[in-house]
Amino acid sequence: MNINPIRILLADDDEDDRLFFKEALDGLKLLTSVTLVENGIELMENLLDPKSKLPHVVFLDLNMPLKSGMECLSEIRNNDRLRYLSVAIYSTSSSDSDIEETFVKGANIYIKKPTDLESLKLILNKVICTNRQYFHSSLNKENFMLSI
Amino acid sequence: MTLNFKYDIHLACRKIIQLELENMNIDFSFLGGGEVDVKKELTSAQASKLKSNLKEYGIYILDNQKDLLIQKIKDVIMEMIYLEEHLPNSKTSAYLSEKLNLSYGHITNLFSEVTLTTIESYIILQKIERAKDLIISGDFTLTEIAYKLNYSSVAHLSNQFKKTTGLTPSAFQRILSKRKQVNQVGHDNA
Repeated sequence: MNINPIRILLADDDEDDRLFFKEALDGLKLLTSVTLVENGIELMENLLDPKSKLPHVVFLDLNMPLKSGMECLSEIRNNDRLRYLSVAIYSTSSSDSDIEETFVKGANIYIKKPTDLESLKLILNKVICTNRQYFHSSLNKENFMLSI
Repeated sequence: MTLNFKYDIHLACRKIIQLELENMNIDFSFLGGGEVDVKKELTSAQASKLKSNLKEYGIYILDNQKDLLIQKIKDVIMEMIYLEEHLPNSKTSAYLSEKLNLSYGHITNLFSEVTLTTIESYIILQKIERAKDLIISGDFTLTEIAYKLNYSSVAHLSNQFKKTTGLTPSAFQRILSKRKQVNQVGHDNA
C-alpha cells in the first residue's frame, strides 16, 4: 500500500551520529528514503533547490559549524515554500527551557538524542507515524508539537 | 488589531467545492458527507484541473476504495469526538462497526495497514488535538475540557496529553502565547 517512501533529511556534522541515525531508520518496518548532509549550509541548499522534492520531515542537529540548527529553523519558517515543513530538532540537551525555546521558534518535534539503537528506533517510529497523521488527517500543523 | 475567527470547516469545504465545480461548468449535486454526484463523466483534463485547483485548499479527490473507506472511518471518529462528546470509550468498537456496517476486526486491520497507526492511537491523537483547540480558544478550563472529551479526571487528560505530545497542557499553552508574542514583535518591526 505505502509504495511511496517517506522522505527524510538529516543534518548532523558528526559522522558517527549520521550512521547511527541511518542504521536506526533502516531497522524500522517503514519504507524510508533518507538524505544525509553534514551542515546547515548543505541542508539549506538541498531544501532550496527547486528540483528536489521536499522531505516529509527534516531532522536538525542543534550544534553544527557554519550554520546552526536554530539558524536553519528560522530560515525555514521565514521561507514561503518551506514554511510548513515538519522540523525535528535533534539534540543532546534535555533542559526544559531549551525545549520550550525551540518550540517557540517553530520546531514541531524535539528529540533528546538517545544513546542506544533500540531507543532511537522507537523514537523515529513514533515521530514518523505522528508526522504522517498531520499530513493525512487534516490536523492543524501549527499545533504540532512533540517532545520525545 | 487582531481578528478572531470561528469557522465551520464542513460548510467552508462544501462552498469551495461548489464554487470550483461551478467555475468549470460541471453539473453536480451533493450527496452528503463529502460525496458529490457528477452528472457527466469528467474528461481526464477536467479531472486533473479540478484536482489541482482543490489541492490548494487541502481538498483531495479520493480515487480508490481503500482510501475511501479510511476516510469514512476517520469521519465517523471525528463525528464521535466532536458531536457526541459524552460517548463512553468502551463502546468505540461497537459504534464504529455499527456506523460502517463492517466487523471491527476488518476496520482495525485495514486502518493499521494504510495509516501506520492503530484506531486507538488515532482516537487519542484526535482527542488531544481537540483538547489543544479548546485550550487555545481560551473559553474553557482544563476541568471542563476533560469533561467534554470524556476523560474521567483532569489528571487523566493531563497524563494522556503529556504522553502524546511530551508536553504538559500548561507548557503547550505557554509556548503558543510566546509564539504569538514573537510573531507580533516580528510584524511590528517589519
